[in-house]
Amino acid sequence: MHLSASDLSVGYGRRQVAAGISLSMATGEVFCLLGPNGCGKTTLFRTLLGLVPPLAGSVRLDDDRLDRLSRREIARRIAYVPQSHTPAFAYSVEEVVLMGRTAHLGIFSRPGRADRRHALSALEQLDIGHLAATDYSLLSGGQRQLVLIARALAGEAAFVIMDEPTAGLDYGNQSLVLDRIRALAAAGVGVVLSSHDPDHVLAVGDRVALMRDGAILRQGSVDEAMDAGSLGAVYGMAVDVIVLPDGRKVCLPAAAGGRLRDGGNRLAEGWREAGGSKEGFKGRVY
Amino acid sequence: MLPLCAALLVLAAWSLTVGAYPVTLEQALAALRERLTGSPGAGTIDTVLFGIRLPRMAAAITVGGCLAAAGACYQAIFRNPLVSPDILGVSAGAGMGAVLGIFLSLPAGGIQLLAFVGGMATVGLVVGIAASMRERESVLTLILAGVVIGALAGACTSLLKMIADPYDQLPAITFWLLGSLSAVNAGDILSILPFALLGLAPLIALRWRIGVLSLDDDEAQALGVPVRRTRLLVIGCATLVTSSVVAIAGVIGWVGLVIPHIARMMVGPSFARLLPASAILGAAYLLLVDTAARSISGSEIPLGLLTAVVGAPFFLWLLARGRRAWA
Repeated sequence: MHLSASDLSVGYGRRQVAAGISLSMATGEVFCLLGPNGCGKTTLFRTLLGLVPPLAGSVRLDDDRLDRLSRREIARRIAYVPQSHTPAFAYSVEEVVLMGRTAHLGIFSRPGRADRRHALSALEQLDIGHLAATDYSLLSGGQRQLVLIARALAGEAAFVIMDEPTAGLDYGNQSLVLDRIRALAAAGVGVVLSSHDPDHVLAVGDRVALMRDGAILRQGSVDEAMDAGSLGAVYGMAVDVIVLPDGRKVCLPAAAGGRLRDGGNRLAEGWREAGGSKEGFKGRVY
Repeated sequence: MLPLCAALLVLAAWSLTVGAYPVTLEQALAALRERLTGSPGAGTIDTVLFGIRLPRMAAAITVGGCLAAAGACYQAIFRNPLVSPDILGVSAGAGMGAVLGIFLSLPAGGIQLLAFVGGMATVGLVVGIAASMRERESVLTLILAGVVIGALAGACTSLLKMIADPYDQLPAITFWLLGSLSAVNAGDILSILPFALLGLAPLIALRWRIGVLSLDDDEAQALGVPVRRTRLLVIGCATLVTSSVVAIAGVIGWVGLVIPHIARMMVGPSFARLLPASAILGAAYLLLVDTAARSISGSEIPLGLLTAVVGAPFFLWLLARGRRAWA
């Protein structure tokens, strides 16, 4: 299944936030939207979810135009994972996840045994089945994020749109959530996430769109599009993309005083030559 | 839920025997049997039970159940456990309507009608104002509009009190604003019951979705609930329910605010269970308080006074227990 936007303008009323956006996202991959705060990511997401109508252009789910689908039909195909938050009432984890079944219920019905099974298996899939009876509002930020992801899974949507899933999480929880996101894509879900941390995109993304000031600067596979030049342009600063000895990449602000003209490749090569050890890195002068 | 229903039944049986004229449970059951077997009972016991106590108990159960159910709904859609059914001005509007009715020396039915219309119209105005704002019907604009219009209705009520006849009308106004079931008869209950049920039925049928609405707007919408439409429907139904009961009972505070809390402590926050539990508990609570109101002293104590005297300390106790108790 494909979720695509063609020549989309998004915004509220007369205020246009982003324009000229064409994207295509497929199930089974992690599509990342990377950009600084205020670049229009959230508005674009809300448009992709059908929460705000597009100002121009259209969003399609395969061949169906999103604005022709009912709220319920959209909810069955696209799930939304907001940033973790505290609801006003002390729901248990299972109750929160069960709400993910709403789009599969009749207007007047309540979740039954089958829905409860879906909820529990979604929790199991994220290895948090033991939390089912716990008070959701007492969980840590990382656990809450996982519960919200489980809620999306319980709804059996083809796409899961996540608004900065790692925002506000501590280091350990960030990587835990990123791991689970990778596993979701492997299980065939299309994950669309926004982030303002290039390292997270490098860690989990298959494809990426780099956004700045309401436009997409570049999009493509994470390997190609995430080079130092593009990232530098997005953030308006020099950055280095460094390849680690095991092939992973990280992004860092360029070292002060000595901006690397080749985007850090030489640094990375040198580091690899030295076996990637800290000592080796220190011992060389570039 | 079953223990709650059982408690309500026991309470009702007890309430039947309490009052100025002593009736034992056996006498009450005997009178009931007589009625059921067709022989129209005569005698004082029959009059006391079927003419006075039963209608009043029915009123207490209806009013308490409706106020608590409406309170639970408002708390869910406004995502705030501190919200009461008055938040959008329904009581202020109904109060203004009733006071106007008393001021114009209308008969009881006219006063009830004006109270009902006043409550509905006030909330209608609040929703209309919120809808015309830029942030269409967001929770915040609704509540702010409710506070403003409620204050305005309160001012009109005060004005009417100032110019009302201080010997004849003012005591009636004060008594109405404090709430009481002493003047309610079977006909009053039957006249508002259809409206109350008309409002309650959609709330009960939609209770799962109302629970989902207690999440953030975007979330609820993304989960497949048409937020705007559902919220307006809930506000409309809860207002219909509240206006109906306020019309016959006057302004009775605290029930809609406190009872959902107690229900939440008993059955948890899941709205599908919370709504029926709140309704039953509210019915039992008001039955208890009204029984006290008519039997503690020789003269009638206004219900609104008693619910406040019981509700306020309880709320403080909740406050002292900390945030967990709220939710």
